[in-house]
Amino acid sequence: MRWRRAQGERRRFGCFSILASLIAMVVLGLAMIFRPQSMPTSQSLLAAQAQPRASALRRASSFASIEDPKTRSLALFQEAGRVIEHPRCMNCHPRSDRPTQTSAMRPHMPWVTRGPDNAGAPTLRCATCHRDVNFEASGVPGSPKWKLAPIEMAWQGETLGEICRQILDPSRSHMSRAQLLHHMTEDELVGWAWHPGGNREPAPGSQAEFGSLISAWLDTGAKCPA
Amino acid sequence: MAYSLWVNGKTHHVDEDGQTPLLWVLRDALKLTGTKYGCGVAQCGACTVHIDGQPVRSCSFPLEAASAAQIVTIEGCDGAEANAIRNAWVTRDVPQCGFCQSGQIMSAVALLRATPAPSDAEIDLAMSGNICRCGTYNRIRAAIHDAAGQVRSTQS
Repeated sequence: MRWRRAQGERRRFGCFSILASLIAMVVLGLAMIFRPQSMPTSQSLLAAQAQPRASALRRASSFASIEDPKTRSLALFQEAGRVIEHPRCMNCHPRSDRPTQTSAMRPHMPWVTRGPDNAGAPTLRCATCHRDVNFEASGVPGSPKWKLAPIEMAWQGETLGEICRQILDPSRSHMSRAQLLHHMTEDELVGWAWHPGGNREPAPGSQAEFGSLISAWLDTGAKCPA
Repeated sequence: MAYSLWVNGKTHHVDEDGQTPLLWVLRDALKLTGTKYGCGVAQCGACTVHIDGQPVRSCSFPLEAASAAQIVTIEGCDGAEANAIRNAWVTRDVPQCGFCQSGQIMSAVALLRATPAPSDAEIDLAMSGNICRCGTYNRIRAAIHDAAGQVRSTQS
């Protein structure tokens, strides 16, 4: 047996090992190319990009089966609270001097402030960007009375019960019950919440349905949740 | 549809869709390209013009609403405050890339006309809708103070 190659003798390779390596590489390459793959398919829109759908609001008449007026009043306000606590309403009832925006209720950009009349600082008015109507080209929402609710009517961070007592308190809401009902039912800035434009989610139901809930709630004693 | 626009002291006639943002009418139809397109969604302030004396984002202002207004762009902005702002901008070498500066200047001029001696807080508040990607905010604030002083000195 020779353990050492004689000096000057060339190393020799068998052709079988080279051929086997080539075949293995070809087989591996073909396996990679023709392995089972799922074809690209269309994806559904992300929730943030999909056109939002309005959710329904229970009609005031559907609460008639609740016999106890106090319980009925509470139930009516709980349903109306789905509108009151919706971002379309809450964004303009901040507890600071700065509004929020989007359904995530993030701080408003640009970094605006309410100013002396709740319609912006004298040098950066809401009207710098917001017009009388929604402007589709820029996506900027608008209404003739575009402004924040007074700071006394801050809702963000409040429970529904606290908001309830707040809107019934004329010293904070600056409204009688008749004016409150008119505000909820007729006010065009409140009405914007159901026609917000762009891809904003409207408040549940309609302003008329919301108004009838508020009206029925007032008629049943305007009870507030705890 | 045909509209008449009063821009920088002259009447212009344009035939565009009434929902066209004023920005594009100024830039494309009237060739007043000093007003810049930054974001198109009223977030950056680069497109600021004066409408009836108030700073407004022209990207969010429909042509049909502009036809009854007096519009001033950076090309036509003049007066004591505008001159003082221009001088202060040059002295302080305010712009870096310069893209946002016409909007910054339009907001600054409107600020000085409403508030002749603004504090830092008032400047920050009035200018907070004008974004500068180069971060020249400190120079802008200093230049507005300089310009306010210049206006006061020329008027006294």
